[in-house]
Amino acid sequence: MVFLEFEKPLEQLYEQLEKIKQVGEQSDIDVTPMVKELEKRIRKTRKEIYSNLSGWQKVQLSRHPERPYTLFYVSHIFKNFIELHGDRLCGDDKAIVGGLANLDGQTVVIVGHQKGVNTKMRQYRNFGMANPEGYRKALRLMKMAERFGFPVFSFIDTPGAYPGIEAEERGQAEAIARNMFEMAQLKVPIVVTVIGEGASGGAIGIGLGDRVYMLENTWYSVISPESCSSILWRSWDYKEQAAEALKLTAEDMFRFGLIDGIIKEPLGGAHTAPEEMAKTLKRHLKQTLQELQQIPVDELVQQRIMKYRRMGEFEELAPVSEKEN
Amino acid sequence: MGWFKRLKDGIQTATKYKKEAPDGLWFHCKECGATTTSKEMRENFFKCPKCDYHVRIGSREYFDLLFDNEKYTLLFDNLVAKDILEFVDLKSYKERLDTARKKTGLNEAISVAVGKIHRHAIVIACMDFSFIGGSMNTVVGEKIARAIEYCMAHRTPLLIISKSGGARMMEAAFSLMQMAKTAAMLSEMAKMGIPYFSLMTDPTTGGVTASYAMLGDINMAEPKALIGFAGPRVIRETIKRDLPEGFQTSEFLLEHGFLDFIVNRAELKDRIGELLKLFAPALKAKA
Repeated sequence: MVFLEFEKPLEQLYEQLEKIKQVGEQSDIDVTPMVKELEKRIRKTRKEIYSNLSGWQKVQLSRHPERPYTLFYVSHIFKNFIELHGDRLCGDDKAIVGGLANLDGQTVVIVGHQKGVNTKMRQYRNFGMANPEGYRKALRLMKMAERFGFPVFSFIDTPGAYPGIEAEERGQAEAIARNMFEMAQLKVPIVVTVIGEGASGGAIGIGLGDRVYMLENTWYSVISPESCSSILWRSWDYKEQAAEALKLTAEDMFRFGLIDGIIKEPLGGAHTAPEEMAKTLKRHLKQTLQELQQIPVDELVQQRIMKYRRMGEFEELAPVSEKEN
Repeated sequence: MGWFKRLKDGIQTATKYKKEAPDGLWFHCKECGATTTSKEMRENFFKCPKCDYHVRIGSREYFDLLFDNEKYTLLFDNLVAKDILEFVDLKSYKERLDTARKKTGLNEAISVAVGKIHRHAIVIACMDFSFIGGSMNTVVGEKIARAIEYCMAHRTPLLIISKSGGARMMEAAFSLMQMAKTAAMLSEMAKMGIPYFSLMTDPTTGGVTASYAMLGDINMAEPKALIGFAGPRVIRETIKRDLPEGFQTSEFLLEHGFLDFIVNRAELKDRIGELLKLFAPALKAKA
């Protein structure tokens, strides 16, 4: 098990538990009552820690090395997944995966960021940082979904779109902009879930949808707390403050009306019980899809556009008489 | 040996007796280093008379350069930002807004105006870099959305002049969602067959490039502007090597297929006038 820094009390309890269990195995002493007592304390401590997580702690959880990624959910929620590769223009991006699958009898299209599960794979997946090919592959698959009337499920988990020379040469900005432009008008339901990190343009490039959900311990904002700290505080040391200032948690985002719902994670985070997490997520996705499929598709598109049209708060001063220069 | 001997040490002139050139009489080009009068520079479409460097200018200058007889009507100028997140870094967002408003005399980082170019009606939304780095926030997104609605209601073409460091961090996810909002609204306008011209000027980066700036029916840029998604510093730090010369300039984007053309500021008005004339039949057809 990997413990985060704020989970230190838990780590100690788990260590004690291990020792006691060892003692129990090596001698005749009945350790059951002590084990039970410790397990109770672990549950209690976990509840205490997790009932009041700061923004930065949630950011850390969203990046937990054992956290389930898109392909885990794909294999536990959908059946007959066939991965489809390439943007038909330039190449195949490993940081965004996509394909066809079956959700309890319905054909659907899936797109999502994919991070690697070990050092080698993390490199292979470019740490979930997509190049333009990734966004264009996602768009190609979504347009195919539209052609055949398949709903789209998008999973967001990225520290950002890749900032590289080739990415700029091939139009990272254009790829992201084009995706939003096209997703706004896509004539099939789009359900988006932030399952880990939702960093900026790299996230919203596959993130425009009829319903956008965030798992409980994820974040979604215009910039990562680290980069925000380095720009506004001119130092990397203010990431905690930046994480608070950005108000990037699922709760904040829901309160602001920028997402449509929060999906609860198992106590301790999605990685502590990934199967349970997948089950909960599946229930939500199915229910959402059922709701969306009740709405005639033209109306759905109109509702989607109006949802984004309304986003943002500002003040309106008393209208000045229209100035003519 | 010097020819002159200093008799007294230090500068003796009291500040109040110092003779200063009136502010802005001289223009010093940061590109070629030449010094000319500001008047010459202004008369040369705000470009360096020596090297043609396009000086960064604001929305009012663009409006005056582009609209017939310098006549236009400002739209939605009464929208102002709200400190939704109560954002504080080294300074509070409220303070930053106040400072920016005082310094620029503007309400936000974008101004929208309607007027005519070569007698064709057009709406221009122009960003101001002097207002918090031309960053895109809710008001910028909202004004663009309203400009688009205005264009749809009046079947008027839209020109957006981008000049921005990207999305405004102090409105965090609200700024981010303006990318989706403006892209969605532009897709609505495209459905109605109303032309949208995007002019990228120095600099156009981040969330602005990755939303409305790149979505023009016609994408154009001023010469030698910095245009990109990630900033050059971020890219250099990520890949840990030097960037090629001319990387992320207008010329680079043209070469890689993301611009229709580069236009010199001196020809900008005529070029847009020509476009408006060419697109005019499309506007009538569906009216």
